[in-house]
Amino acid sequence: MNVRLYVWQRLTAALILPLLLVHLIVIFYAMRKGFSAADILGRTRGSVAWALFYGAFVSAVAVHAPIGLRTVLIEWTRLRPRSCDLIVIGFGIVIAALGSRAVAAVVLP
Amino acid sequence: MTGTLDVSLWRGAAEGSFRRYQVPWRENQTVLDVVTWVQRNLDATLSYRFACRVGMCGSCAMTVNGRPRWTCRTHVSKVAANGRLTIGPLQNLPVIKDLATDMQPFFEKWQTAKGAFAPSKSRTDPIETIVPGSAGRLAADAAIECINCAVCYAACDTVRWNPDYLVNDVRDAANVERLAAVAADGGCHACHSHQSCQEHCPLALNPTASIAGLKRRAAQAYLTSTIKL
Repeated sequence: MNVRLYVWQRLTAALILPLLLVHLIVIFYAMRKGFSAADILGRTRGSVAWALFYGAFVSAVAVHAPIGLRTVLIEWTRLRPRSCDLIVIGFGIVIAALGSRAVAAVVLP
Repeated sequence: MTGTLDVSLWRGAAEGSFRRYQVPWRENQTVLDVVTWVQRNLDATLSYRFACRVGMCGSCAMTVNGRPRWTCRTHVSKVAANGRLTIGPLQNLPVIKDLATDMQPFFEKWQTAKGAFAPSKSRTDPIETIVPGSAGRLAADAAIECINCAVCYAACDTVRWNPDYLVNDVRDAANVERLAAVAADGGCHACHSHQSCQEHCPLALNPTASIAGLKRRAAQAYLTSTIKL
């Protein structure tokens, strides 16, 4: 962990926390209201606000999680730091790809 | 208190085993006294390190019943109520022989982290006046009693998991070179704040707080482009 990764991890954590709270509140709200999938998609499809919200969420997670995983790999495996870097960059790309696909599925009209 | 202590001492280097000794149990006795008794009376080949015997030099640190301690300042009555003592070399450092570790990696990391005073004046300059009550001088009090005994280093989980991790005394964090050194990979930001260093420090110093201060200073310096990676 160097200072650049440290700053990115903290900044993305600060972003993820409020987004996560809103995400959970929305889940509880939708459950209590008994929304169907169609109800939810009706609200999210074509919505720029939800696209920005979940786009930011996925971007922040795709940066945050690989930095933490890198520390775990360095401390708990015998892999060289360079190998850890490559693995977690791949991990970040997978998160970003899967996350973007999920966001696209709910917000694209 | 009378009778005998059941003492297990580490014998060997990285490969080795604990060997048991019977040592007279005295009323007033430090762990260092016990080790010395074994060496003088039972086995002259036992290797260990000490110098001052009064908690000044920091050279007699060992692992006593699982915890890193200064053996000269640890009374047997405090740590061996049941009469059993297990004494090994400090952890996270290579063992030279028996209870003596090679401190070189610790001191080398200290150098890498630039944990040394870098003078800015020559002998021809007037002596700088330091006001004892000034904020900068008071901040230096936090770690000024550190004597480099490496108990914090032996207690550190991050060192155990990541051999590149540095531990540093923070006296002049304003120095840009020093901040750059501790902001690199394996530097202060690798600290998990487990606080084992604080828990085990014989002088009750708080290296975790000092490291947290370094994290803050280094992050500020990075964000203001004072240091580059």
